[in-house]
Amino acid sequence: MHDDYFADLNFFPRRVNLLRLSQCFPGEFTAGPLRPEAIMAVDVEVRVNRKEHRSSIEPRLLLVHYLRDTLGLTGTHIGCETSVCGACTVLLDGKAVKSCTMLAAQADGSEITTIEGLAATYTGNGNLHPVQEGFWEKHGFQCGYCTPGMILAGAALLARNSRPSESEIREAISGNLCRCTGYQHIVDAIDYAAKKMKKSKR
Amino acid sequence: MAPASPYIGRPMTRKEDPRLIQGLSHYVDDIQLPGTHFMAVVRSPYAHARIGSIDTSKAKSAPGAVAVVTGPELHGVIGVIPCAAQIPDMKPAFREVLATDKVRFVGEPVAVVVASDRYAAGDAVDLVEVEYEPLPVVVDPEKAIAKGAPRLYDQFEDNVSYRWELEGGDVAGAFKAAEKIVSQRMVNQRLIPVPMEPRGVVAEYIPGENQLNIWTSTQIPHLARTQIAAMLNFPEDGVRVIAPEVGGGFGAKLNVYGEEALTAHLAIRLERPVKWIEGRREHFQCTIHGRDEINYMDVAAKSDGTVLGIRCRVIADLGAYYQLLTPMIPTLTGLMICGSYKIPAVRMEIIGALTNKMATDAYRGAGRPEATYFIERAMDLVAHDLKKDVVEVRRINFPKPKDFPYAVPTGLTYDSANYQKSLAVVLKMSGYTKLRAEQAALRRKGRYIGIGLSTYVEICAMGPSSAMPAGGWESATVRIEPTGKVNILTGSSMHGQGQETTHFFEPANFTFPFGAHVCVVEVDPETGDVKLEKYFAVDDCGNAINPLLIDGQVHGGIVQSVGQALFEEAVYDSEGQLITGEFTDYAIPRAHDIPRIRTNRTVTPSPVNPMGVKGVGEAGTIGATPALVNAVVDALAPFGVRHVDLPIKREKIWRLIHEASKSAKPPEKAAAKKSAKAPPKAASRKSSKAKARRK
Repeated sequence: MHDDYFADLNFFPRRVNLLRLSQCFPGEFTAGPLRPEAIMAVDVEVRVNRKEHRSSIEPRLLLVHYLRDTLGLTGTHIGCETSVCGACTVLLDGKAVKSCTMLAAQADGSEITTIEGLAATYTGNGNLHPVQEGFWEKHGFQCGYCTPGMILAGAALLARNSRPSESEIREAISGNLCRCTGYQHIVDAIDYAAKKMKKSKR
Repeated sequence: MAPASPYIGRPMTRKEDPRLIQGLSHYVDDIQLPGTHFMAVVRSPYAHARIGSIDTSKAKSAPGAVAVVTGPELHGVIGVIPCAAQIPDMKPAFREVLATDKVRFVGEPVAVVVASDRYAAGDAVDLVEVEYEPLPVVVDPEKAIAKGAPRLYDQFEDNVSYRWELEGGDVAGAFKAAEKIVSQRMVNQRLIPVPMEPRGVVAEYIPGENQLNIWTSTQIPHLARTQIAAMLNFPEDGVRVIAPEVGGGFGAKLNVYGEEALTAHLAIRLERPVKWIEGRREHFQCTIHGRDEINYMDVAAKSDGTVLGIRCRVIADLGAYYQLLTPMIPTLTGLMICGSYKIPAVRMEIIGALTNKMATDAYRGAGRPEATYFIERAMDLVAHDLKKDVVEVRRINFPKPKDFPYAVPTGLTYDSANYQKSLAVVLKMSGYTKLRAEQAALRRKGRYIGIGLSTYVEICAMGPSSAMPAGGWESATVRIEPTGKVNILTGSSMHGQGQETTHFFEPANFTFPFGAHVCVVEVDPETGDVKLEKYFAVDDCGNAINPLLIDGQVHGGIVQSVGQALFEEAVYDSEGQLITGEFTDYAIPRAHDIPRIRTNRTVTPSPVNPMGVKGVGEAGTIGATPALVNAVVDALAPFGVRHVDLPIKREKIWRLIHEASKSAKPPEKAAAKKSAKAPPKAASRKSSKAKARRK
């Protein structure tokens, strides 16, 4: 259903009911022409959270909008327009990338993990990923908006460096802005996860 | 006395967290109603201009477009943006949701388009053609209130919004008796709150029931409901405002915005859900800004450091129009200007200035960070000018615990405090005496460490209380279900603080949290670079309910203060263009900018409520900026620097050092008498810093 989002303009031109507003508005609105979505479509095949998706999309559709609006995975957030804030961070072929700075078409053929699919990559049985658990235990977030991106940046760090120092953690998340926490509990959360993952040696 | 409970005082993880860490929560843009159409806003690129014609024909026929609306057709249909502040004789600088004859700041909404998806809406915005006749711009508030300034409003004789005065005690007598008068012009710069989630609204109209449902990223759903209903002249009982998960607010979302009324209006007209999501650049331009006060301050003191009285003339830059509380915020600076000191006489004059900028309003601290900055810098200046110690000058002027409840000449009564204790705890915790010894030793080696102090108090619990004449009563319903489970319905609206976890109640009066912070910085005189080395915070929020959450609030507030002190500034150029309008230009602190913050608490319960609590959400943002600035000025003392204006940027420091070096004997020469090695040490420090960066 979500794949057909741009094709599914299933409405008919309607007249707006003006009974309540007729004193105020001289004219009436009818719907404009339909979107010519079929003209410039691009086909993409992506594996997201271990599920295959085949979609026909606009070339200019950003990866973050594809994930959120087309696939309905709204856990990945948008915090800026200049690729600075990191709230849109996902894992693409294992690397942390800012999905607002990629076109969905550029992700053709790749494997993506969003926050919704992170836990499954670790235990496969529905428990939380240690980084998620760390964020809960150590009060690593307040409003939660930067959190999915921050968790994935933390998970990506621990995948390449299993015993990061505090300054290494701070450097690794310096591409993710947070306005609520002052970063200290985020560092504690990632450190908690590093220790937990080292213990279970996975 | 706080009721006995096994939970109070224990660090507890939050109930609301599981959905947030799994990406399962819903912020406003995550709400996907079938048939939703997207609104986008056409905004003025000019800071001051008359609007000529608006041609909407191309936009109306753009692919996917269903509506284009301009200002004139909404005049009298949607009410002005509400302002709940009432300052005597303030000018009625209210704004229509869409401009009609004039625009007065860059980003002011001029038209809206609605289309079938967000990309089509963005395309249609570009097709609206607006004719503008640019007018002269004024962005400097002191120039704006001077004679001959371009007038923002033809119907007002000048750009002065209001003049507000407060006087308590014998100010004239204090200045007559002064043995030293310490004066300084200080700037508390314009900031942009920048929660990580920009604003957004989804509005849905159900015609058969005449029901309007509005999801909005707001801190004030109840107030928003009342105001939006009023703006639309819609029955209040037919409006439901829902705050979904809100991605931060910090005061920026403690407001009612035009886009909320516009989406609702369009949902009614089009009879389909309408969504508007703010872009980040829109947010920088068009969501409320904070602070922006200039203070000409005089302190009357005795030669032993006792403060006899203070006089302030504040120019507050309000922007072009009022939002919900715009004119009121600077008056909170007036009320708290005495800080944590027993100052018998105070005079405060505030002039609200209208300029071609976005409105200022409440940003975390709302008037109190400004007050605390002014008084804490003033105490350091008194110490400097009288050649006294910064700790002793504070101690001499503190009221004693037995003086509380303490009546301040501004008209407030502080509830309870022990400023001496929090100061003593932070001095011990930071190893203050040792820090001063290290500082002296490092100065002899040509390194400039600064130690800064802030002993702050702030006013809190400003919700329902008998001290406040206006409404806003909190209420709660406790319902016991047939299963025996208890449901508690309260009006509190959370945006990250953890209210699903904490208790709530109504205070009888204001409360006054307080604390003492010490911060250590190192300044590189060759680059002006400021490195934050250590931070120690002792905060007293009365009885501490959940220490884990309290620490989170303190850390977050302190880092926002670091932003104010060292990184952030909303800058408008002479044409009124906001040149710090993206994260690329407006720098908020990142993880690698901050050292580990050491926190501690004293507990001085408030007598004005049964829990004995005072509040802590804004303390860090109020207390920390002066500690940071005091530390930098302290680091630069050997260069004869007495004051640095906010924000402390590298170029400012470099210039101050080099100007001081021109006029006075540079400290290196004095140090060279003791150590011939001074210059090479500076070079080796630079290369070791470069090595550290390469790691």
